[in-house]
Amino acid sequence: MWLFALPALLINVCIILIPALLTLMMAFFAWDGIGVPAWAGLANFQRMFGDAVFWLALTNNFIWTAIFLTVPICIALAMAAALLLSPRSRAVVQPIIFLPRILAVAVSGRIFQGMIFSPATGLVAWLNEHGFSVADPLADPDRSLYAVAAVDIWHWWGFLAVVFLAAMRQISIDQIEAARLDGAGFLALLRYVLVPGIRPTLTLMLILTVIWSFQVFEFIYIVTQGGPAYGSEVLATLAYRHAFFEGDVGQAAAAASVMSLFGLCATAAYLWIQIRDSADAT
Amino acid sequence: MTADRLNKALSLALIGIASFTSLLPIALAVMNALKTTVEISTNPLAPPTTFHVENFTSAWKSAALGPSLLHSAEVAGLTILLVCLTAAPCAYVLARQRGKGWRILIFYFMASITVPVQLYLYPLYFIFAKLGLVNSIPAVALIYTAMFSPFAIFLLRTYVISIPFALEEAAQVDGATPWQKFFYVILPMMRPGLLTVAIIVGLNASNEFVIAVTFLQDDSTITAIVKFYNLTGQYSTDWGQMLAAAVMIVLPVVLVFVFLQRRFIDGMTAGAVKA
Repeated sequence: MWLFALPALLINVCIILIPALLTLMMAFFAWDGIGVPAWAGLANFQRMFGDAVFWLALTNNFIWTAIFLTVPICIALAMAAALLLSPRSRAVVQPIIFLPRILAVAVSGRIFQGMIFSPATGLVAWLNEHGFSVADPLADPDRSLYAVAAVDIWHWWGFLAVVFLAAMRQISIDQIEAARLDGAGFLALLRYVLVPGIRPTLTLMLILTVIWSFQVFEFIYIVTQGGPAYGSEVLATLAYRHAFFEGDVGQAAAAASVMSLFGLCATAAYLWIQIRDSADAT
Repeated sequence: MTADRLNKALSLALIGIASFTSLLPIALAVMNALKTTVEISTNPLAPPTTFHVENFTSAWKSAALGPSLLHSAEVAGLTILLVCLTAAPCAYVLARQRGKGWRILIFYFMASITVPVQLYLYPLYFIFAKLGLVNSIPAVALIYTAMFSPFAIFLLRTYVISIPFALEEAAQVDGATPWQKFFYVILPMMRPGLLTVAIIVGLNASNEFVIAVTFLQDDSTITAIVKFYNLTGQYSTDWGQMLAAAVMIVLPVVLVFVFLQRRFIDGMTAGAVKA
């Protein structure tokens, strides 16, 4: 029976497991990607911890995590509740809010650069012409991270709302009706009935958010490449730059290892929940 | 019942604002793809006065979109094939076998979903470069297979679990081998699951960026997404043409989404909703 699982396992081990272990090893070597790797002990980590950009990137990862644990989750919860209360609009609205999720990140990123943030051709330009003074957020080191986060939130919240709505529809209708008969307002309904009713789904999404927030790469690399002045640098963009633009694979491996370490606690929680549930199911 | 009515009104307002926000950037992109760059910078919010279809023809030519879209389709097609071939038998045994070894295997595939690309990208690149596998479409399809097959395994596993065991027992009584049971009993029942897997894997493979931009930079293998990324930048000037290219690249995906949205949504949210 092992033969059934062998091809999938073999591909996974060769592409993911072995290279991942090699990365953890490379963090202790000095290597430019071409010559012979030389043992470096803790030198990569020492150099990284002494680098101000590393701390900036790590801080940005934490800011990113904090943003994504709150903003898209709140928008999605409110929207899921709204769709639960308006069943007739659901069929039309669900695909609309889901649409940003299926667009390629490279395309969405460029559309936001040109049509929203650009001071020459975007919404920002239009606002400036109509008496609102708005600077290009992508050119400002203090705001570029938030501007990129806005694009990712646009791309992400609709998916979350659809997930939350599917979970809310499993809550017994009597509970919702009872709250409505009591005259519960929108927020009360959300707080006392809907959110407690979807707690397992919400917990899973929060854990996945933490895992993904430490891995974030695409939107930042595409829209700002970590700039300007490292304003939106995160560990993943830092590692990528070290490996492919600065020929310092050891530093890249060290940054990637630290990044994985931060996701590890969330991964442990994720695995614990998934294994517990799959044990229940069988 | 005033609270109820207030809730309804509030919900509809929220839905309206949210749908508008989701559609605005897309609408702006489509609208401005039909305008000249001068018209765009004069007023990006104005609808086009005349349709500048030449944006599309010149973008198609200058970006060589034909070949790069073909490369994207090749990568996606090959990935779908590899994922279906390897994930389906794996899902079958993981659904039916009991015991510690199998539980560890399930655990391993779950853990591999959460491993960041950054943790295996660098050694993989330098090993593939040594082996001459950079700028190879099958090599990238193999990487995608590793990345996307755990999702496929878990989705297909739920299908197998829902197939009554009695069907297999009947085949077993008739003397069917495990492979025969898989091919003649399980695989036909898995078909809707395989279609969902094909759609989601195809979408992920054609939209993927990190691996594609690292491994496929040559014009003979470059995918549409990376081609588009290389041609455009923060300081792009010809936005009309660029947006036309963007529209042409996402159009196939959006069309499939419009017709098969239920499958997209169910496939992508599978496993996210907990009871």
